[in-house]
Amino acid sequence: MMPETENDIAPAPTDGEVLSPAGQEEPVVEITGVSKSFGEHPVLKNIALQVRKGENLVVLGKSGSGKSVLIKCMVGLETPDEGEIRVFGKNIVDLSYRELNEVRVRVGFLFQSGALYDSMTVRENLSFPLKMHHKSMPYEERDRRIHEMLDNVGLHDAVDQMPSELSGGQQKRIGLARTLILRPELMLYDEPTTGLDTGTSHEISELILKMQRKYKISSILITHDMACAKMTADRIVMLKQGEIVAEGSYEELEKSKDEWIHSFFI
Amino acid sequence: MLTPTPYLKKTFYQTGDQIAFAARFFREVFRPPYQWREIIFQCYLVGYKSLLLIGITGFIMGLVLTIQTRPSMAAFGAESLIPGMVSVSVIREIGPVITALICSGNIGSRMGAELGSMRVTEQIDAMEVSAVNPYHFLVVKRVLATTLMIPLLVVFADSVGLFGSYVAMNIHSRSTLYHFFSQAMGKIDFGDIFPAFVKTFFFGFAIGIIGCFKGYHVSGGTESVGKAANSAVVSASLAVFVIDMLAVQITDLFNR
Repeated sequence: MMPETENDIAPAPTDGEVLSPAGQEEPVVEITGVSKSFGEHPVLKNIALQVRKGENLVVLGKSGSGKSVLIKCMVGLETPDEGEIRVFGKNIVDLSYRELNEVRVRVGFLFQSGALYDSMTVRENLSFPLKMHHKSMPYEERDRRIHEMLDNVGLHDAVDQMPSELSGGQQKRIGLARTLILRPELMLYDEPTTGLDTGTSHEISELILKMQRKYKISSILITHDMACAKMTADRIVMLKQGEIVAEGSYEELEKSKDEWIHSFFI
Repeated sequence: MLTPTPYLKKTFYQTGDQIAFAARFFREVFRPPYQWREIIFQCYLVGYKSLLLIGITGFIMGLVLTIQTRPSMAAFGAESLIPGMVSVSVIREIGPVITALICSGNIGSRMGAELGSMRVTEQIDAMEVSAVNPYHFLVVKRVLATTLMIPLLVVFADSVGLFGSYVAMNIHSRSTLYHFFSQAMGKIDFGDIFPAFVKTFFFGFAIGIIGCFKGYHVSGGTESVGKAANSAVVSASLAVFVIDMLAVQITDLFNR
């Protein structure tokens, strides 16, 4: 059921109406009328939203609300049944594999588990994208970039360790470093603080914010961690059973009297 | 009433997917970048790491075959024909098939489990979203390695198998290595070696592509990784027998 919306909260979009922030920056992601079902089970229903350059959008929702499917659709890991997903102006649903990869190079994706290549050391994990996309890059430059990224995430000493020797939080940091090493213009975070203790979650959230400011990256962050959302969000959209039901800043949504929205802020 | 339709439908779909997966190999294999170092590393894993297992199996294969056939041959006073008989059996049939079956278990299951684990831990998705073609990077080099290495392992298994036969011959009688191999090779001609060698490339390709297919298409949790490894072994072993049957039929056509 659609929650009641407060005066200070933007209403949920209807019939493909696009949610967008008030800023004048050009949109990096424009989603219109996206629906996705797995068999008979609808996961996303007529989703529409925009993310503008430099903006940090948090998509909030409970488990199974379709958050992860939504960002997987944005990089072509899932194909929507209907609708358009424009990333940097290109509708990724219609792109060929090569064109899709051209877009993917400009997008970073941090997986929930970190998804480090477990047969490679941390150094090899970080150098892998560089070797694949910057073949002519000299070894010294590659090494400099690896150390710069490890400095950013505060794990300089882990350079020769295997992923299995790292803690969950460290794996996420290395995952973030590996994603940022290609200098993406858009970052997608899939529940970056899930499974971490409060302190480590806070460190990861700070790191996300620091990296966003340092490299001026737009980002979409999927989470149900309110502390992370509060720290990182410029704007929040709330997803309930595959539908966007509310949109606003953290402070605006916190004031909502809707029971379902309020349950996130308790 | 239990209807076979859903099962048959699933089997047809899977077979179709498997064929498309194998066809994709031929599209991707000539496409740069060529990961030479990675291919060599996979060849090392498939070839060198299997040498001991294949060596022991091959030795026992030749030894047992000789010991088992010796009484029957001795009853006809035809012990001198044993090296020739063993060499034909080992080189034409037993060596390639036993080696391929061992590799289905050893290499097929490893590839199924390795890629399956990469799939469930989202490593393959991570590769995909970083604009690296995971099929090209993970599957092509593995299938190339099995296709190139299994024929060499078969040659090794055949050689060790003949040596095992020589050892078995010397349990009851005395024969020099030179004499044994002269008798063994005297019975072998190009028509024995060539088809047997060619079919090993198909064995290698089948083992690699089936192992990778099962792992690459894992969905679900860690339990499905085990199932993929198991399924890779069963399907690859079955494929070895089917290819062997087809190879025998084709060879037979040319020998008429």
